[in-house]
Amino acid sequence: MTDFITVTFTVATFASGVRLATPYLLAALGETLGQRSGVLNLGVDGVMLLGAFFSYWAVLQTDSIAVGLLVGIGVGLLLGVVYATVTVVFRAEQGISGIGIFLFGLGMSALLFEEWVGTPRPISSFDKLAIPLLSDIPKIGDMFFNHNLLVYVSMLLVPGLTLLVNRTTFGLNVRAVGETPEAADSLGVSVARTRAICILIGNGLAGLAGAALAIEIGIFQHNLTNQIGFIAIALVYFGAWRPTGVVAGSLLYGLVTSTVNQWKTAGLVTGAASSFTTMAPALLTIVALVVIARRTAAQPAALTLPFVRGH
Amino acid sequence: MTDTPGERTEVPLLEMRGITKRFPGVLANDSVDFDVQAGEIHALLGENGAGKSTLMKILFGLYAPDSGEVFLDGEESRVHSPATAIAAGIGMIHQHFMLVPTLTVTENVALGLKSHRKGRPDLAGVRARIIELSETYGLDVQPDAYLWQLAVGERQRVEIIKALLREARLLVLDEPTAVLTPGEVDDLFITLRRMANDGQGLIFISHKLHEVLALADRITVLRDGCVVGTTVPADTDREGLAHMMVGRPVRLAPDMAETEDRGVRLSVSGLTVVGDRGTDAVKDLDLDVRGGRILGIAGVSGNGQRELAEAIAGLRPVAAGSVSIDGTDVTGAEPKQVRHAGLAFIPEERMRDGAIGSFSVSENLMLLAHAEPRFSSRGVLRTTAIKTHGESLVDEYAVKTPDLSTTTSSLSGGNIQKLILARELDGEPPVLLAAQPTRGVDIGAAEYIHERLVAQRERGTAILVISEDLDEVMALSDDVAVMFEGRIVAVVPRADCTVGGLGLLMAGGEADSPAGAAATGGTGTG
Repeated sequence: MTDFITVTFTVATFASGVRLATPYLLAALGETLGQRSGVLNLGVDGVMLLGAFFSYWAVLQTDSIAVGLLVGIGVGLLLGVVYATVTVVFRAEQGISGIGIFLFGLGMSALLFEEWVGTPRPISSFDKLAIPLLSDIPKIGDMFFNHNLLVYVSMLLVPGLTLLVNRTTFGLNVRAVGETPEAADSLGVSVARTRAICILIGNGLAGLAGAALAIEIGIFQHNLTNQIGFIAIALVYFGAWRPTGVVAGSLLYGLVTSTVNQWKTAGLVTGAASSFTTMAPALLTIVALVVIARRTAAQPAALTLPFVRGH
Repeated sequence: MTDTPGERTEVPLLEMRGITKRFPGVLANDSVDFDVQAGEIHALLGENGAGKSTLMKILFGLYAPDSGEVFLDGEESRVHSPATAIAAGIGMIHQHFMLVPTLTVTENVALGLKSHRKGRPDLAGVRARIIELSETYGLDVQPDAYLWQLAVGERQRVEIIKALLREARLLVLDEPTAVLTPGEVDDLFITLRRMANDGQGLIFISHKLHEVLALADRITVLRDGCVVGTTVPADTDREGLAHMMVGRPVRLAPDMAETEDRGVRLSVSGLTVVGDRGTDAVKDLDLDVRGGRILGIAGVSGNGQRELAEAIAGLRPVAAGSVSIDGTDVTGAEPKQVRHAGLAFIPEERMRDGAIGSFSVSENLMLLAHAEPRFSSRGVLRTTAIKTHGESLVDEYAVKTPDLSTTTSSLSGGNIQKLILARELDGEPPVLLAAQPTRGVDIGAAEYIHERLVAQRERGTAILVISEDLDEVMALSDDVAVMFEGRIVAVVPRADCTVGGLGLLMAGGEADSPAGAAATGGTGTG
């Protein structure tokens, strides 16, 4: 009997971890592409918050999750246009510009929520989409193949992004632009265009990540993301700028979070210990980053550096 | 010579006519005429600021000339960006390579090429073309290696293949030999001649006079934005070209008088230094420099010279061995202690380690001594003393500066180097370590710096000159030590030095025969 409970708990915890990892993964994959092209976007969390609010609001109005997700992507793209204009066209300092986007998203999403919605009303959440046959595999099925559509989409983006970066002409341009933009420019590759496209895709994914979060929880509130966007940036470093590394980091983060939640629900940790347990995922990230900081060779050499021809 | 400039009947590949370009306060190009025929190697020679790079930027459409026209094959040029330059068949090998270290050779070459494979680069096709071109032109490259794994010479071959694969008919080479060994220079010249024989036009920008004489069909010299003249190698020599560049006769090699032996003043023994990559950059190295002598260290960049200099100056930890200056052991000492023991140091990166760009000329001139009582009293700087000191040094070392409060970074490279030299030689140092003392410096300033080094030698300073410029090492040194992979592989007395022999040692070869001095001139001008 005890064995049964343990296994069920573990499977449930694992499944919950995979689901929790989704917003991290979407945002971190988008940020990975941006950074590979040499652009750091510290505004991910702000984009997620606005994406989350607008998709929540759209679902409230239309009761359609699909519309909510599309609105989330659209909000991300719009902020992407802003960020690309500021950092690529006007070549502003990326770190500061990103913080600006974050603060804008944090404040604006709270303000619009107050003005347009006021009292929190729940929205309909994702339906589970069990994959035929695969979801019937004992344990594994529940862990990986009995989730909502977005979980699968985010997982499929991992090989998708890997192929895009490593096998396509666009990906070759991205790698060159992030490493040695003057070389790419001398061969007629547009540094600005390549970076702008990466920023748009990255911001679109961040908007989608916000939408995924709001719809998953079924509610919006002030600072809904709780700094997931910043963790996502850390996960890019953790994953050494590779989608496969980023998915590993996201899953680890999701699993630790769900385990901690499980312990708290089960009353295993209380009081001060509970607060410390809540810190576990963040501490894990810091430890991982310290260890990984030694592998700086993987970092795109032109990261954060605006490109000006002839300088 | 049957052809003289201006008498050709065929339409030149490139013709630049009456190019004038003004920047605030500077006339960068003053009605410059310049042309390149198909099948010709045309050298463009001039000091820093003579207008070479402005002219090339106009060719590539990065600047619009104030007046004058550019014709390609007799038609007005429409080049205005890298992409249109490639389309027009113009290529450039930059001094700082335009290569992505994290990509493979094939990927670097394929970058920016149109592919017929729907969004995917045609890597297999490009790879085949690379192999084909490398066989045709004798350019040895490994298509699957990552760029960061390659030595400098091979990186340059990748750059040439990039241009060939884009079917460049007019190729500009900006200081292409700066980083090559004499042997690699020979190979490069054979390739370039082969390209010219295939009908390409080449513009060869260099300040190495003997190379220009060995390679070029025609030589055009620019000074202060104007064309001084166009000549052919048969009608001139190194002194003649230097005279055209500077506008007065120049002595390329200073006279070295007999000096009194003052004994060993800098001694390095068993020195091992770890480089940035974590491997030993300097391995169990011994050298002694005697007072009144100059020891030159020759070698291709990246063979441990930089680490050796930094270890002696106290800027890099010593893993094993010892360094002593005038009998004082300074192994692993702080830079301040090393200087106190008597080291004067002209660093390789003059704007990073040698001077503070945002400081004024007089401030940089007293940097080392700013805490001494003559410049500060109870922690307050004595501005009058600093000014007087600056004035006398600027005067003595002929530093060209508007005034003492001018920001140092606005001076030319040669004047910054003179400023550093003035500061370092102030106070008769027992030992002087000069790393790349004239790199990027005008011929006139280089001549001056060489004279000062030789004068210091006569006053008994032990001088260690580290330089990648073989001409400089041979002109200045009593003995030349060749450094290869962190070791000194040979010490050759001045009288026995030849370019060929040293070049062989620099490439890791044996010193079996001091091969002929004509090694860099072995390509003919067919």
